[in-house]
Amino acid sequence: MPHDHENHLSSSGHPYRKDQDKPLTYWQNMEIAVREILIQKRITSNSEVHQTINDMDNRSPANGAKVVARAWTDQEYKKRLLNDASEASRELGFDIGALKLIALENTEEIHNVVVCTLCSCYPRNLLGLPPDWYKQRSYRSRIVKFPRKVLKEFGLQLSKDISIRVHDSTADMRYIVLPLRPKATESFSVVELEALVTRDSMIGVGLPKPI
Amino acid sequence: MKVKIKNLFPPGHVRTPSYLRGKVGEIERDLGYFSNPEQLAYDLPAAKVKLYRVRFAMSEIWGGEVECATDTVDAEIYEHWIQKD
Repeated sequence: MPHDHENHLSSSGHPYRKDQDKPLTYWQNMEIAVREILIQKRITSNSEVHQTINDMDNRSPANGAKVVARAWTDQEYKKRLLNDASEASRELGFDIGALKLIALENTEEIHNVVVCTLCSCYPRNLLGLPPDWYKQRSYRSRIVKFPRKVLKEFGLQLSKDISIRVHDSTADMRYIVLPLRPKATESFSVVELEALVTRDSMIGVGLPKPI
Repeated sequence: MKVKIKNLFPPGHVRTPSYLRGKVGEIERDLGYFSNPEQLAYDLPAAKVKLYRVRFAMSEIWGGEVECATDTVDAEIYEHWIQKD
Protein backbone atom coordinates (compact mmCIF):
# COMPACT_ATOMS: atom_id res chain seq x y z
CA MET A 1 0.00 0.00 0.00
CA PRO A 2 1.49 3.36 -0.98
CA HIS A 3 2.19 5.93 1.68
CA ASP A 4 -0.71 8.25 1.83
CA HIS A 5 0.57 11.49 3.25
CA GLU A 6 -2.02 13.54 1.42
CA ASN A 7 -4.82 12.98 3.90
CA HIS A 8 -2.29 12.90 6.78
CA LEU A 9 -3.18 9.37 7.77
CA SER A 10 -0.76 6.51 8.27
CA SER A 11 -1.43 3.11 6.68
CA SER A 12 -3.04 2.09 9.98
CA GLY A 13 -5.49 4.96 9.60
CA HIS A 14 -4.07 7.17 12.35
CA PRO A 15 -2.96 10.76 11.81
CA TYR A 16 0.78 11.39 11.70
CA ARG A 17 2.13 13.20 14.70
CA LYS A 18 3.02 16.75 13.79
CA ASP A 19 6.61 17.93 14.02
CA GLN A 20 7.18 20.01 17.10
CA ASP A 21 8.23 23.26 15.48
CA LYS A 22 7.09 25.54 18.27
CA PRO A 23 9.63 27.24 20.55
CA LEU A 24 10.65 25.37 23.69
CA THR A 25 8.45 25.91 26.71
CA TYR A 26 9.75 27.41 29.94
CA TRP A 27 10.09 23.97 31.57
CA GLN A 28 11.74 22.39 28.53
CA ASN A 29 14.35 25.16 28.64
CA MET A 30 14.74 24.65 32.36
CA GLU A 31 15.30 20.90 31.93
CA ILE A 32 17.96 21.45 29.25
CA ALA A 33 19.72 24.13 31.32
CA VAL A 34 19.82 21.97 34.47
CA ARG A 35 20.97 18.93 32.51
CA GLU A 36 23.77 20.91 30.80
CA ILE A 37 25.00 22.31 34.11
CA LEU A 38 25.01 18.83 35.71
CA ILE A 39 27.00 17.47 32.75
CA GLN A 40 29.42 20.42 32.83
CA LYS A 41 30.02 19.85 36.53
CA ARG A 42 30.55 16.13 35.80
CA ILE A 43 27.73 15.15 38.15
CA THR A 44 26.18 13.16 35.31
CA SER A 45 26.88 12.55 31.62
CA ASN A 46 24.91 12.30 28.40
CA SER A 47 25.46 8.56 28.29
CA GLU A 48 24.21 8.16 31.87
CA VAL A 49 21.08 10.19 31.09
CA HIS A 50 20.36 8.06 28.02
CA GLN A 51 21.12 4.82 29.84
CA THR A 52 18.60 5.81 32.52
CA ILE A 53 15.94 6.60 29.90
CA ASN A 54 16.71 3.28 28.27
CA ASP A 55 16.35 1.45 31.58
CA MET A 56 13.04 3.17 32.27
CA ASP A 57 11.70 2.29 28.81
CA ASN A 58 12.77 -1.33 29.24
CA ARG A 59 10.82 -1.96 32.40
CA SER A 60 7.78 -4.00 31.54
CA PRO A 61 5.08 -6.14 33.13
CA ALA A 62 7.39 -9.11 32.43
CA ASN A 63 9.23 -8.11 35.63
CA GLY A 64 6.07 -8.27 37.72
CA ALA A 65 5.14 -11.56 36.03
CA LYS A 66 8.40 -13.10 37.29
CA VAL A 67 7.52 -12.08 40.85
CA VAL A 68 3.99 -13.52 40.53
CA ALA A 69 5.08 -16.82 38.96
CA ARG A 70 7.72 -17.28 41.65
CA ALA A 71 5.11 -16.70 44.36
CA TRP A 72 2.81 -19.24 42.69
CA THR A 73 5.49 -21.91 42.79
CA ASP A 74 7.35 -21.18 46.03
CA GLN A 75 5.30 -20.89 49.24
CA GLU A 76 8.23 -19.49 51.24
CA TYR A 77 8.80 -16.80 48.61
CA LYS A 78 5.10 -15.96 48.64
CA LYS A 79 5.26 -15.43 52.40
CA ARG A 80 8.24 -13.11 52.01
CA LEU A 81 6.44 -11.26 49.20
CA LEU A 82 3.31 -10.67 51.27
CA ASN A 83 5.42 -9.65 54.23
CA ASP A 84 7.72 -7.22 52.35
CA ALA A 85 7.19 -6.96 48.60
CA SER A 86 10.06 -4.48 48.14
CA GLU A 87 12.61 -6.89 49.58
CA ALA A 88 11.10 -9.88 47.76
CA SER A 89 11.39 -7.98 44.44
CA ARG A 90 15.01 -7.11 45.14
CA GLU A 91 15.61 -10.77 45.85
CA LEU A 92 14.74 -11.52 42.20
CA GLY A 93 17.18 -8.84 41.07
CA PHE A 94 14.75 -6.00 40.34
CA ASP A 95 16.14 -2.59 41.12
CA ILE A 96 13.17 -0.99 42.76
CA GLY A 97 15.06 1.83 44.44
CA ALA A 98 13.30 3.39 47.41
CA LEU A 99 9.92 2.07 46.27
CA LYS A 100 7.75 0.74 49.10
CA LEU A 101 5.78 -2.07 47.59
CA ILE A 102 2.82 -4.00 48.99
CA ALA A 103 1.62 -7.21 47.36
CA LEU A 104 -2.12 -7.87 47.58
CA GLU A 105 -3.16 -11.49 47.42
CA ASN A 106 -6.30 -12.43 45.54
CA THR A 107 -8.18 -15.38 47.03
CA GLU A 108 -11.44 -17.21 46.28
CA GLU A 109 -13.18 -14.60 48.48
CA ILE A 110 -11.23 -11.40 47.78
CA HIS A 111 -10.35 -9.57 44.59
CA ASN A 112 -7.94 -6.62 44.81
CA VAL A 113 -7.73 -3.70 42.39
CA VAL A 114 -5.35 -0.74 42.43
CA VAL A 115 -5.88 2.94 41.61
CA CYS A 116 -4.33 6.29 42.39
CA THR A 117 -7.22 8.73 42.64
CA LEU A 118 -4.96 11.73 43.32
CA CYS A 119 -2.55 11.30 40.40
CA SER A 120 -1.09 8.20 38.73
CA CYS A 121 1.13 6.39 41.27
CA TYR A 122 2.07 3.03 39.77
CA PRO A 123 4.70 0.37 40.50
CA ARG A 124 6.75 1.34 37.42
CA ASN A 125 9.81 -0.62 38.46
CA LEU A 126 7.84 -3.85 38.20
CA LEU A 127 5.18 -3.02 35.60
CA GLY A 128 6.76 -0.35 33.37
CA LEU A 129 4.83 2.75 32.35
CA PRO A 130 1.17 2.93 33.38
CA PRO A 131 -1.47 2.47 30.67
CA ASP A 132 -3.28 5.64 29.59
CA TRP A 133 -6.59 4.60 31.13
CA TYR A 134 -4.91 4.25 34.53
CA LYS A 135 -4.10 7.96 34.47
CA GLN A 136 -7.50 9.11 33.24
CA ARG A 137 -10.13 10.62 35.48
CA SER A 138 -12.76 8.21 34.21
CA TYR A 139 -10.97 5.21 35.77
CA ARG A 140 -9.61 7.08 38.81
CA SER A 141 -12.92 8.57 39.90
CA ARG A 142 -15.20 5.60 39.14
CA ILE A 143 -13.26 2.56 40.36
CA VAL A 144 -13.55 3.70 44.00
CA LYS A 145 -17.31 4.08 43.67
CA PHE A 146 -18.50 1.50 41.11
CA PRO A 147 -15.70 -1.08 40.99
CA ARG A 148 -18.00 -3.82 39.66
CA LYS A 149 -19.30 -1.67 36.84
CA VAL A 150 -15.79 -0.58 35.87
CA LEU A 151 -14.36 -4.11 36.04
CA LYS A 152 -17.22 -5.27 33.84
CA GLU A 153 -16.11 -2.73 31.25
CA PHE A 154 -12.71 -4.45 31.36
CA GLY A 155 -14.48 -7.76 30.74
CA LEU A 156 -14.23 -8.95 34.33
CA GLN A 157 -17.49 -9.89 36.00
CA LEU A 158 -17.16 -10.94 39.62
CA SER A 159 -19.74 -12.76 41.71
CA LYS A 160 -21.05 -11.01 44.82
CA ASP A 161 -19.53 -13.83 46.88
CA ILE A 162 -16.21 -12.20 46.11
CA SER A 163 -15.47 -8.96 47.97
CA ILE A 164 -13.68 -6.27 46.02
CA ARG A 165 -10.93 -4.37 47.79
CA VAL A 166 -10.01 -1.20 45.99
CA HIS A 167 -6.59 0.15 46.98
CA ASP A 168 -6.03 3.86 46.55
CA SER A 169 -2.27 4.64 46.42
CA THR A 170 -2.67 7.98 48.16
CA ALA A 171 0.81 8.35 49.65
CA ASP A 172 4.09 6.45 49.84
CA MET A 173 3.13 2.87 48.97
CA ARG A 174 2.82 1.19 45.59
CA TYR A 175 0.77 -1.93 45.02
CA ILE A 176 0.90 -5.05 42.93
CA VAL A 177 -1.86 -7.65 42.86
CA LEU A 178 -0.90 -11.28 43.24
CA PRO A 179 -3.59 -12.93 41.11
CA LEU A 180 -4.93 -16.41 41.77
CA ARG A 181 -2.95 -19.09 40.01
CA PRO A 182 -5.06 -20.47 37.15
CA LYS A 183 -6.44 -23.94 37.73
CA ALA A 184 -4.94 -26.95 35.97
CA THR A 185 -1.47 -25.43 35.78
CA GLU A 186 0.21 -27.87 38.18
CA SER A 187 2.48 -29.19 35.44
CA PHE A 188 3.49 -25.72 34.22
CA SER A 189 7.07 -24.52 34.55
CA VAL A 190 7.79 -21.11 36.10
CA VAL A 191 8.47 -19.71 32.61
CA GLU A 192 5.16 -21.08 31.29
CA LEU A 193 3.38 -19.55 34.30
CA GLU A 194 5.03 -16.16 33.72
CA ALA A 195 3.49 -16.11 30.25
CA LEU A 196 0.01 -16.31 31.80
CA VAL A 197 0.49 -13.24 34.01
CA THR A 198 -0.94 -10.15 32.34
CA ARG A 199 -0.31 -6.53 33.27
CA ASP A 200 -4.01 -6.06 33.94
CA SER A 201 -4.06 -9.03 36.34
CA MET A 202 -1.36 -7.30 38.41
CA ILE A 203 -3.40 -4.05 38.53
CA GLY A 204 -6.52 -6.06 39.31
CA VAL A 205 -8.65 -5.13 36.29
CA GLY A 206 -8.10 -8.53 34.71
CA LEU A 207 -7.20 -12.13 35.38
CA PRO A 208 -4.26 -14.20 34.18
CA LYS A 209 -4.64 -15.58 30.65
CA PRO A 210 -6.86 -18.64 30.47
CA ILE A 211 -5.01 -21.81 29.55
CA MET B 1 -9.27 0.13 65.48
CA LYS B 2 -11.94 2.51 64.16
CA VAL B 3 -10.80 6.00 63.19
CA LYS B 4 -12.42 9.10 61.69
CA ILE B 5 -10.67 11.15 59.02
CA LYS B 6 -10.68 14.90 59.65
CA ASN B 7 -13.15 16.82 57.57
CA LEU B 8 -10.79 19.67 56.68
CA PHE B 9 -10.17 21.35 53.35
CA PRO B 10 -6.82 23.16 53.65
CA PRO B 11 -5.20 24.65 50.54
CA GLY B 12 -2.01 23.23 49.06
CA HIS B 13 -0.60 19.78 48.42
CA VAL B 14 -2.54 17.28 50.49
CA ARG B 15 -2.60 13.51 50.06
CA THR B 16 -5.83 12.74 51.85
CA PRO B 17 -8.45 12.36 49.11
CA SER B 18 -11.50 14.53 49.72
CA TYR B 19 -13.92 11.60 49.25
CA LEU B 20 -12.58 10.08 52.48
CA ARG B 21 -12.67 13.21 54.64
CA GLY B 22 -15.12 12.94 57.51
CA LYS B 23 -15.44 9.17 56.96
CA VAL B 24 -14.90 6.40 59.50
CA GLY B 25 -12.65 3.47 58.70
CA GLU B 26 -10.66 0.72 60.31
CA ILE B 27 -6.86 0.78 60.57
CA GLU B 28 -5.60 -2.09 58.40
CA ARG B 29 -1.89 -1.68 59.17
CA ASP B 30 0.71 0.72 60.45
CA LEU B 31 3.19 1.63 57.72
CA GLY B 32 5.80 3.45 59.80
CA TYR B 33 7.09 7.01 59.49
CA PHE B 34 7.37 9.08 56.32
CA SER B 35 8.28 12.70 55.56
CA ASN B 36 5.16 14.84 55.56
CA PRO B 37 4.34 15.48 51.87
CA GLU B 38 2.48 18.67 52.77
CA GLN B 39 5.85 20.22 53.67
CA LEU B 40 7.99 18.19 51.29
CA ALA B 41 6.02 19.51 48.31
CA TYR B 42 7.17 23.04 49.09
CA ASP B 43 10.78 22.11 49.87
CA LEU B 44 10.23 22.88 53.55
CA PRO B 45 11.90 20.84 56.28
CA ALA B 46 9.49 17.90 56.50
CA ALA B 47 8.63 16.26 59.80
CA LYS B 48 8.38 12.48 59.98
CA VAL B 49 4.77 11.49 60.42
CA LYS B 50 3.13 8.16 60.90
CA LEU B 51 1.27 6.64 57.98
CA TYR B 52 -1.57 4.16 58.24
CA ARG B 53 -3.58 2.11 55.81
CA VAL B 54 -7.23 2.61 56.60
CA ARG B 55 -10.06 0.46 55.23
CA PHE B 56 -13.47 2.00 54.50
CA ALA B 57 -16.74 0.28 53.68
CA MET B 58 -18.27 1.49 50.38
CA SER B 59 -21.51 2.34 52.21
CA GLU B 60 -19.61 4.55 54.69
CA ILE B 61 -18.08 6.53 51.81
CA TRP B 62 -20.99 6.72 49.38
CA GLY B 63 -24.08 6.21 51.51
CA GLY B 64 -26.70 3.50 51.26
CA GLU B 65 -26.71 2.37 47.66
CA VAL B 66 -23.58 0.42 46.89
CA GLU B 67 -22.86 -2.39 44.46
CA CYS B 68 -21.95 -4.92 47.14
CA ALA B 69 -22.05 -4.53 50.93
CA THR B 70 -18.69 -6.22 51.51
CA ASP B 71 -16.66 -4.13 49.02
CA THR B 72 -14.11 -1.76 50.54
CA VAL B 73 -11.58 0.97 49.74
CA ASP B 74 -8.16 1.04 51.42
CA ALA B 75 -6.12 4.23 51.44
CA GLU B 76 -2.97 5.54 53.08
CA ILE B 77 -3.72 8.24 55.62
CA TYR B 78 -1.20 10.26 57.66
CA GLU B 79 -1.64 10.37 61.40
CA HIS B 80 -2.36 14.12 61.50
CA TRP B 81 -5.47 13.52 59.36
CA ILE B 82 -6.89 11.11 61.90
CA GLN B 83 -9.29 12.66 64.39
CA LYS B 84 -8.51 11.91 68.02
CA ASP B 85 -11.62 11.45 70.12
